[in-house]
Amino acid sequence: MYPDNFRYTKEHEWVMVAGDSATIGITHHAQEELGDIVYVDLPKVGAQLAQGKSLGSVESVKAVSDVYSPLSGEVIEINGALADKPESLNQDPHGAAWLVKVKLSNPGEIESLMTASDYAAYVGAEK
Amino acid sequence: MLDACGVASAEELFAHLPEAARLNRPLALDPGISEYEIVDYFKKRAAHNANGYTSFLGAGVYHHYRPVLVDAVVSRGEFLTSYTPYQAEIAQGTLTTIFEFQTMMCQLTGMDVANASMYDGSTALPEAAMMAVRATGKGRVLVARNVHPEYREVLRTYARHQGMPVVEFGYVAETGAVDLEDLERHIDPLTAAVIVQSPNFFGVIDQVKAAAEVAHKHGALLIMVFTEAVSLGILEPPADADIVAGELQSFAISPCYGGPFAGVIATKEKFMRQLPGRLVGQTVDSRGNRAFCLTLSTREQHIRREKATSNICTNQALIALMATVFMTVYGKQGLRELALQNLAKANYLADKSQRRFTAPCFNEFVARVEGQSPDELNKALLKTRIIGGLPLAKHYPELSDCVLLCSTEMTPRESMDLVATALASKKPVEVQA
Repeated sequence: MYPDNFRYTKEHEWVMVAGDSATIGITHHAQEELGDIVYVDLPKVGAQLAQGKSLGSVESVKAVSDVYSPLSGEVIEINGALADKPESLNQDPHGAAWLVKVKLSNPGEIESLMTASDYAAYVGAEK
Repeated sequence: MLDACGVASAEELFAHLPEAARLNRPLALDPGISEYEIVDYFKKRAAHNANGYTSFLGAGVYHHYRPVLVDAVVSRGEFLTSYTPYQAEIAQGTLTTIFEFQTMMCQLTGMDVANASMYDGSTALPEAAMMAVRATGKGRVLVARNVHPEYREVLRTYARHQGMPVVEFGYVAETGAVDLEDLERHIDPLTAAVIVQSPNFFGVIDQVKAAAEVAHKHGALLIMVFTEAVSLGILEPPADADIVAGELQSFAISPCYGGPFAGVIATKEKFMRQLPGRLVGQTVDSRGNRAFCLTLSTREQHIRREKATSNICTNQALIALMATVFMTVYGKQGLRELALQNLAKANYLADKSQRRFTAPCFNEFVARVEGQSPDELNKALLKTRIIGGLPLAKHYPELSDCVLLCSTEMTPRESMDLVATALASKKPVEVQA
């Protein structure tokens, strides 16, 4: 369920690091808890993200939740397709429905995040 | 009664109130008079009101006919005593009227979505400016000097603690319309919004489209303000604007010493999530029937306090309902005819006056007063039961010899002729009633 090459946060975001940049999204568990997602609010390209601070929000029919950045860095790309198809976050949260790509300013932060097995255990325990 | 309260005198009953808040003398009523005598007294006092006068005041508050149906509908208990319709199951009536309000506001403004009212036009304006700041990520707003002076004052009040610089740009001295060259001089890449009013404070139908082009060229949004909603019955919907913010007092809301009124903000779909205030949407219930409910509530402060688009919550629903009933009574054709009547009346008077500005106007215009001061003119008119136009010196020193005159469907021709005569006399005169 949770890819081994991702790292995870307690707030249910995932991050996949490749070199000095990373892709950020929300987890399968997050989308399942939120229910039908109707709107995604993303930062602008060029925005500076700080680890643990809100980068945007995801709105479902029952709630709106902040998305917290797993790592610090500058936004280099946003997933514009989500504006028209927010429901893809329910269908493919670990793939096509990524949220933003960032150029990392402090790659060392990755060590503070959970591995796939840690996260699976964390989610299991939360349930 | 004092015994039951355990106090010795009325004085003691109110002793806890601060001295400054207390009336330290007896009421100016004879002691021991009966209820009907008091009612009679107040009827006599009410007769001192300016009943039977013709008013040429506009400037943001307009004298229009209020169809009797308005009060018949809004005084129904179901509307009069209802609170915010959170619970859709028991509030379909209220929700339906709000949805109709939004729909008609969209039709009149050419926008995609309208909120279910603001406190008034003057507070709708800064809320619209803050929308533009959120939508563009920029911080500065430009406002034309021919936007209602009190609206600009409210804008500055909001802006002071928002970190939102407000810069004014001018109007063309000859036409009374916005000075597009001055706008070009003031606009910069940090400008979030350009604010213009049409018809503007001088009654002039302003250049919304041209101002929008300048704004858009520099990545700013165009906010159009209106204070005279009846004008929407005849003017082209301001579809070039990104946000429309206005006052609905003209739609069957009594002047009432300046309020309560109802404002509105309408916008394009792409700025929908930046809208403040209530929104009602159409949906289907569990049986598949058409139904209405509050929607997009995540913008609001009862869902996400610190991230809400505004702290406006309980809105002007009852007052906005007056506007809804008004729009329903008049309908598309009726509102157009009403607007045409206003246009014709104002132009009848304008043709007999020294117009200060050359651009076309709606139901208000600025007239030059010659040989006497605007105050002297108004003093003379008052003797003939006419309340004259607004002297402009207070807000526009450069127009200190001018009055802003307004004529609506309520203005009798005889009164307009008296005003025209007084204006033409070019000296302080005793006008013969």
